[in-house]
Amino acid sequence: MVDLSTRIGSLTLANPIMPASGTFSEDLSEVLDLHQLGAHVTKTITAEKRGGNPTPRVCEVRGSMLNSIGIPSKGVQHFIDNTIPFYNAYDVPLVVSISANSADEFARICEQVSVPGVAAIEVNISCPNIEEDGKAFAMRPSTTTTVMEKLRSASDLPLWAKLSPNTGETIEVAQAAEEAGADALVVANTLLSMAIDIHTRKPKLGNLMGGLSGPSLKPIALRMAYQCAKSVQIPVIGCGGISTVEDIVEYLIAGATAVQVGTATFINPNIMVTLLGQLETYLETRNIADISDLVGSVRDEDAADSVVFMETAP
Amino acid sequence: MSLIQRYNAGEVSPANGTTHEVETTVKTNTPVNGEYRLLTLDAPQSVLDCQPGQFFHILCPVTKAEQPYLRRPMSIYGYSAEKGELQFLYKVTGEGTRALATLTRGDTLNVLGPLGVGFTIQDDWQNLLLLARGVGLATLAPLAQEAQRLNRKLVAICSARNADVLMSIDHFQSLGAEVITVTDADGTSDLENLRDIIEGRIASEGVDAMYTCGSNRMLKLLQEIGAKHQIPGEIALEQQMACGLGMCQCCVRSFNRKGTITQERVCREGPVFGIEEAMAW
Ligand SMILES: Cc1cc2nc3c(=O)[nH]c(=O)nc-3n(C[C@H](O)[C@H](O)[C@H](O)COP(=O)(O)OP(=O)(O)OC[C@H]3O[C@@H](n4cnc5c(N)ncnc54)[C@H](O)[C@@H]3O)c2cc1C
Ligand SMILES: Cc1cc2nc3c(=O)[nH]c(=O)nc-3n(C[C@H](O)[C@H](O)[C@H](O)COP(=O)(O)O)c2cc1C
Ligand code: FES
Repeated sequence: MVDLSTRIGSLTLANPIMPASGTFSEDLSEVLDLHQLGAHVTKTITAEKRGGNPTPRVCEVRGSMLNSIGIPSKGVQHFIDNTIPFYNAYDVPLVVSISANSADEFARICEQVSVPGVAAIEVNISCPNIEEDGKAFAMRPSTTTTVMEKLRSASDLPLWAKLSPNTGETIEVAQAAEEAGADALVVANTLLSMAIDIHTRKPKLGNLMGGLSGPSLKPIALRMAYQCAKSVQIPVIGCGGISTVEDIVEYLIAGATAVQVGTATFINPNIMVTLLGQLETYLETRNIADISDLVGSVRDEDAADSVVFMETAP
Repeated sequence: MSLIQRYNAGEVSPANGTTHEVETTVKTNTPVNGEYRLLTLDAPQSVLDCQPGQFFHILCPVTKAEQPYLRRPMSIYGYSAEKGELQFLYKVTGEGTRALATLTRGDTLNVLGPLGVGFTIQDDWQNLLLLARGVGLATLAPLAQEAQRLNRKLVAICSARNADVLMSIDHFQSLGAEVITVTDADGTSDLENLRDIIEGRIASEGVDAMYTCGSNRMLKLLQEIGAKHQIPGEIALEQQMACGLGMCQCCVRSFNRKGTITQERVCREGPVFGIEEAMAW
């Protein structure tokens, strides 16, 4: 018997596989048994009702996709009345993803969703901060500190900060989030991208630009997960491009204690459960009794110089 | 009208575990004409409890030349639990459908479905009229099958560029439908002629409900006629999809519900919507 359970701070998950925000909803229960997941992570919500971005909101690029869904939201009350009760029928920790355009609004919604039935709050700080210059909070350590401090004082629940791959200051942002009280880091959100139809010369997304997700994001998110695991004490949850059991093992070796699966669910709705079975088999056949034996086991002793220079590597 | 209530987002009946991701086996994959192909699959019973108007999300094969990534939505053209068969009629347009076209007997194909909310035929709708063009024929064909099962009269107005690409005429006829064909080549497919044909049917046999697909032109025509004669109708719509299950919110369209513009997911609240609430795009 292998032990698939993993700890994210004070929270123990039955297994390390959970969905990524925005790629999962109640609807998946029609295809897959939601009991089997390590946690349930909901689509980011905002305080007010929002419509989201113009269509087309998705397009595919070689072996991956771009999206500009935005954050259509039915508001907090709808979420508390409908979504939380749905998930509370499952004995699986519920992680609620929230966002806002200013630090104060963010703190307010954080307080509003700190209700019984919620196990942790994932704070999507990869969204634009309209009080500053419109850049996402997670682009800079200073804005990360400001928003995380306000969030920390708004809730006693575990706070998972979701980082953005669009920053050049991954380590500084990760450390800022930790210092301001984050309980875990989710690494990472989508990478800002673009695609143009060469026949019509129009951008393929209604919003012109959107976030890259899927297999081509993996090396970038994996690099970030590694950097974060090296530079903070709090757990790192790997996210980006996972579609095989080898991808999961790679994230664990890089230092992640759990993973989120996003776009792969669109291709194979059953994938999270399939991966869970494969992970168990992987560990069994290699006599690894506990996934913690894998976590952070990367053999990077000889690479000190490249670690120092990794931000500026050509 | 009851149609509007039926589509309230909160009331959409969940499929309750009737959606499955399954491997099917290709029986045949044959050209229907220069542009369209008919794909017949050997499918497990679990996915064959279908409603006309529902669709499947298809994982097109990756070939040397084509590397589609996301699934492709396709209306159910035919389904038979008896024969264990599922059919799609598709137009070869891009990477995914080109890859589909390479499938041959014995190949496997991963499909997800059945998905979405299909057409309704209310008990007191005796005389049905459908207006289809191009790929719309694929979506509307199962409606003819259902109309026959329920013993309703159906007239199918099939429109195409020319007689060569008119499809499914025999299929509709074999299902007991009366078929009227119109083509651009004959100059019979213009809106005014369509309007005359439909008005003629309303005046003679009467029409209790109208169904159509995808085109703005036909939507507007049926909205006008429906409003004038108080005839309800339904339209199957298309939109880019990623998950097909209601999770990602990419497939929304705008609808006018009693003066309020709302956004609904084509994959979940649709793909079939009330004609009066659909908005031209
Ligand atoms: C509910 C529904 C039912 C459909 N039923 C049928 C059918 O029975 N027969 C048929 O031939 N076609 C049908 N279509 C359209 C079909 O999905 C597209 O033709 C197909 O996805 C094109 O893929 P491609 O890779 O060949 O083309 P590409 O143009 O290369 O596709 C690029 C991307 O755009 C998407 N896309 C392109 N056209 C459409 C479209 N019209 N609607 C939605 N997404 C699109 C593709 O899925 C893909 O993600 C249906 C669409 C929907 C939404
Ligand atoms: C359609 C779509 C919607 C998303 N919505 C959100 C969201 O609301 N909040 C969020 O934090 N991340 C969102 N993401 C990002 C994912 O949670 C994840 O970080 C990203 O897709 C990378 O993982 P993947 O490659 O496994 O998909 C979304 C991604 C996709 C594809
Ligand atoms: S395709 Fe994802 S919600 Fe409709």
